[in-house]
Amino acid sequence: MKKIDSLFLWLDERLGIQSIFKMAKKKEVPLHRHSIWYYFGGMTLFLFTVQVATGILLLLYYRPSAEGAFESVQFIITEVQFGWLIRSVHSWSANLLIAALFIHMFSVYFMSAYRAPREITWITGALLLFISIGFGFSGYLLPWNKLAFFATKVGTEIAGVVPIIGHPILRFLRGGDEVTGATLTRFFGFHVAVLPAIATVLIGTHVLLVQMHGMSVPPKIEETEEPKTMKFVPNFLLRDLIGWILAVGVLAALAAIFPWELGEKADAFASAPAGIKPEWYFLFMFQTLKYLPAKIFALDGEVLGILGFGLGGLFWVLVPFLNKTPGHGRRKLVFNVIGIFIVVFIIVMTIVGYVSS
Amino acid sequence: MEESDPRGPTRRRFLDYLLGTSVVATLSAILYPIFKFMVPPQVIEASTNSVSVGKNADIPANSGKIFKFGSKPGIIIRTQAGDLKAFSASCTHLDCIVQYSPEKKEIVCACHNGVYDLTGKNIGGPPPRPLEEYKVNVKGDDITVTRT
Ligand code: HEM
Ligand code: FES
Repeated sequence: MKKIDSLFLWLDERLGIQSIFKMAKKKEVPLHRHSIWYYFGGMTLFLFTVQVATGILLLLYYRPSAEGAFESVQFIITEVQFGWLIRSVHSWSANLLIAALFIHMFSVYFMSAYRAPREITWITGALLLFISIGFGFSGYLLPWNKLAFFATKVGTEIAGVVPIIGHPILRFLRGGDEVTGATLTRFFGFHVAVLPAIATVLIGTHVLLVQMHGMSVPPKIEETEEPKTMKFVPNFLLRDLIGWILAVGVLAALAAIFPWELGEKADAFASAPAGIKPEWYFLFMFQTLKYLPAKIFALDGEVLGILGFGLGGLFWVLVPFLNKTPGHGRRKLVFNVIGIFIVVFIIVMTIVGYVSS
Repeated sequence: MEESDPRGPTRRRFLDYLLGTSVVATLSAILYPIFKFMVPPQVIEASTNSVSVGKNADIPANSGKIFKFGSKPGIIIRTQAGDLKAFSASCTHLDCIVQYSPEKKEIVCACHNGVYDLTGKNIGGPPPRPLEEYKVNVKGDDITVTRT
């Protein structure tokens, strides 16, 4: 027996690697006209690993304090070799991650992939959406520049608008009554410890469940044909790999052509500059809040708007339980219309947010 | 049989009860400090009621300047006519810091295009309330601002 084989045997006896190999060999991906959407979960996962890798690299130089954060990022992009590249890739990849996540999420929504027995897969996914948004919001503040400072002021103030629990949440997020160095310290903790820990558990569960249940086939196709399949290893995985290599190329190009800006250092005693905007994935909510009248029946428009988005989020998590028989009749239609409405609403409000002011 | 022994179930119930309460008590003894730890302490500010914001020459006509009023920003404005006005600079909408616009002769907030007039009244955009006004005192060349 070759050395390598005996090493394998030794490990297999202790780790049960064979069973993993067997599982991987058995895994198949259905082939039909919507199979393309199966690539976006893997793309999101890949971009997350890019975030972890580049994030850990940034941690070698980043300093989380109001006095040092801006200067440390400046140091990263001007002094550290390839610092500009690592920082830009982290920022760009964060944005592509959210985009991939949105595509992945809406594609499984429209294919009703959340139907039994995959409800928990959907719920872990929806929670991952909130976690990713948390990553984006907390990460945005870390360079401690003016734009981030005011975006954080506004964002946390919006949380504070919620009746009763709002103010305690605002103080919890800010680490006090104002956005200060204490806020930066907290956001740093969320960004590099709390959220990664939660995300790791959720991603683990999510991916494990996908393995357990296999890929879902849209109801319409399931009823009419028995789709052909493709082996996951190596056929599908190699196609995944092509996508990931493309993503690396896109990230490198974006980082080189549009290096992420640093802006000016935050100053708690300077007027807000023009053009305060949150990252694009917050823009549709932001724009909606702008359109709400100051008062809707004796209630603050803003409060109503935020409660509305909160309910929307809850609805989104509970979709599998609200639509138990997808693929059939009126329900299917209703949920498709809701989905299309949400997508159109997000796209239109995002565009309006960009164009206005 | 155990089930028919009247002492058995009662003793067991009693032990379950003891066990249950001690689990709850232990958990609360652990969780309570953790929750309390996460709530930032209230920082007691030496209540500043008056600050010096500079000399006359620092604030020419038709301009504004942000100053520090304790931990909050304030804005002092000299109108074209030469009057001094001071307000809280925290926008009543979502807490951005406002600025004086010399072109419009108004106080504006860049975050969502809020507008206030020179009495601090909210006259445009989303701000729901006027800016709090402060009193300005000029003693010789020194300008001070006082909370009323
Ligand atoms: C374990 C994972 C991660 C670690 C250790 C990490 C670490 C860091 C560090 C140290 C910074 C500050 C440096 C800088 O601003 O350039 C940062 C910024 C940032 N991070 Fe992360 N990160 C992680 C994951 C993520 C994820 C998953 C996202 C988004 C979904 C994200 C989004 C951002 C954003 C938007 C910034 C601001 C970028 C900038 O303006 O420079 N991060 N991260
Ligand atoms: S914070 Fe000033 S207008 Fe919104």
